[in-house]
Amino acid sequence: MESKEIVAPRQEILLEVRNLSVSFVQYEKGLRQRIFHPIKDLTLDIRVGEVLAVVGSSGSGKSLLAHSILGILPPNATQAGEMIYKGVRLIPEEQKRLRGKEITLIPQSVNYLDPLMKVGKQVRYTAGKGKGKIIQESLFHRFHLPATAGEKYPFQLSGGMIRRVLISTAISGGAQLIIADEPTPGLHPDALKKVLKHLRDLADEGRSILFITHDLMAARSIADRIAVMNAGVTLEIAEAEKFTGKGEGLIHPYSRALWRALPENEFFPVADDFGDECESERK
Amino acid sequence: MNSLKYLAKKGLRMLTLLIAVSILSFVLVSLSPIDPVQSYIGADMIRVSEEQRQQIAENWGLDQPPVTRFLKWGSNLIQGDFGTSSIYRAPVLQVIGERFIASAFLMGAAWVLSGVLGFILGILAGMNQGTLLDRGIKLYCLIMASTPTFWLGLLILMVFSVGLGWFPIGLGVPAGVLQGDVTLWDRIYHLILPALTLSVIGVANIALHTRQKLLDVLSSDYVIFARARGEEGFALVWRHGIRNIALPAISLQFASFSELFGGAVLAEQVFSYPGLGQATVQAGLRGDVPLLLGLVIISTAFVFAGNFIADIIYSIIDPRIKEGRRNHD
Repeated sequence: MESKEIVAPRQEILLEVRNLSVSFVQYEKGLRQRIFHPIKDLTLDIRVGEVLAVVGSSGSGKSLLAHSILGILPPNATQAGEMIYKGVRLIPEEQKRLRGKEITLIPQSVNYLDPLMKVGKQVRYTAGKGKGKIIQESLFHRFHLPATAGEKYPFQLSGGMIRRVLISTAISGGAQLIIADEPTPGLHPDALKKVLKHLRDLADEGRSILFITHDLMAARSIADRIAVMNAGVTLEIAEAEKFTGKGEGLIHPYSRALWRALPENEFFPVADDFGDECESERK
Repeated sequence: MNSLKYLAKKGLRMLTLLIAVSILSFVLVSLSPIDPVQSYIGADMIRVSEEQRQQIAENWGLDQPPVTRFLKWGSNLIQGDFGTSSIYRAPVLQVIGERFIASAFLMGAAWVLSGVLGFILGILAGMNQGTLLDRGIKLYCLIMASTPTFWLGLLILMVFSVGLGWFPIGLGVPAGVLQGDVTLWDRIYHLILPALTLSVIGVANIALHTRQKLLDVLSSDYVIFARARGEEGFALVWRHGIRNIALPAISLQFASFSELFGGAVLAEQVFSYPGLGQATVQAGLRGDVPLLLGLVIISTAFVFAGNFIADIIYSIIDPRIKEGRRNHD
């Protein structure tokens, strides 16, 4: 993968990911090595003030994309390709400087909060010393969390409240790019609607949201564009409006199949061997 | 109200445990070949006639069925009478009391030292996983975990007392000095080697456990999220690690009272240190049934107390358990 040193700045693009691949070396029985390649060729771009959904079945390498952008992949992972944030290449030092401040993560579940620390304290960390408490309180107010919630431990809050705490954590430091990694599973419809609305609002304020999910309906309801991923490859990035009817507007057969497989549509099963088909089609 | 209920429940559990242990040990001693009359008379056995022995046995009620004997012993226990030790010729409780103080210093010193050192070594190893430091600590722990206490005790005795002559060979106080003239320093001086033996070995368990727990915490989701928020290095371990690994370490350390007691028995034997452990060995070898049974009961209470304290501390540090008890009890 040739990397160009000088990147032409395009005003509206906040982050560009080009030909990203992530691989792990695993040891099988004995000392035989096996290279495991969860992300093979991932290319996408996020514009300012946009919700870009990344949709794919589980195991398609979506969470690893989040960890790559933040630079927190485990040490045994190898990464190739390039990422450009605000026209500058995201090298590890740059990622270290940005993470938690300009680029933040909304993780999946309560497991991502320290079980033995009060949630208020966890939200205040990214806000910095001094004004932390005021920012945390105003965020809790904004997300309709009771003021007393800050003094509670994670296990004392409901699933919906935890999601809103996690969102507060992500924006307490004034983030520009928010990576929401599966922030919705396990929520009842009302709580789901609220979380989605909060994400949309954040984008409308001028932040960019990378919304990683396997819920195509949730993605369609708030995203501007939807990237479809399978077997570690981005197959297609389409405007959210194209996911309609029988999916005639979609280019890739996998995207159409994914859309048609929804119970709300035709409930048509996605063929198991689609991954291979996609591979051959790319060649 | 709830904590009272909790204490009552724990107290009841301790009572049933003590009753079970006393029944079991009474049965075992009854089945053993120890003849209490013989161990009482000792070397004078040849000068005592068969008739006299019969009379002593009758006087003690040894001709009665075991259940009657057990009930008599048990009712005395409840009144605080543990009987008379046949080797020390003193009330069992008094013997245990004196010994317990000496042992408490030994075990306490070893316990604190091994706990603190083990915890620190475990954190160092866990934070530097795979490095030379980690491997060194692991190697040390594995060697220590498989080293018998008495052997290490002998080795330390040979090096520091016999070879270098830095420390006394044994005993709890200097020989040939009046009780009143023994200084605190004398006691500490005699305590150092046995305490060192016990803690050097005790470190292994807690260090390996803490290391593994820290590795688990470092690969947990909440540490990934902390890193995603820009936390790193020692500050991250301090913020998210210590509280989460302290819990299992504390409970392990209190639950290790039984191992500590077992180790003390061996270390005291090697260093001729006059503690509970040595008394236990003597009582066993010389057939001092009242003392042996008394020791079993006291040590049971001691180990139970350790576990009980672990429970209480756990619930103070971990809010989840505190809440859980409030909700379920």
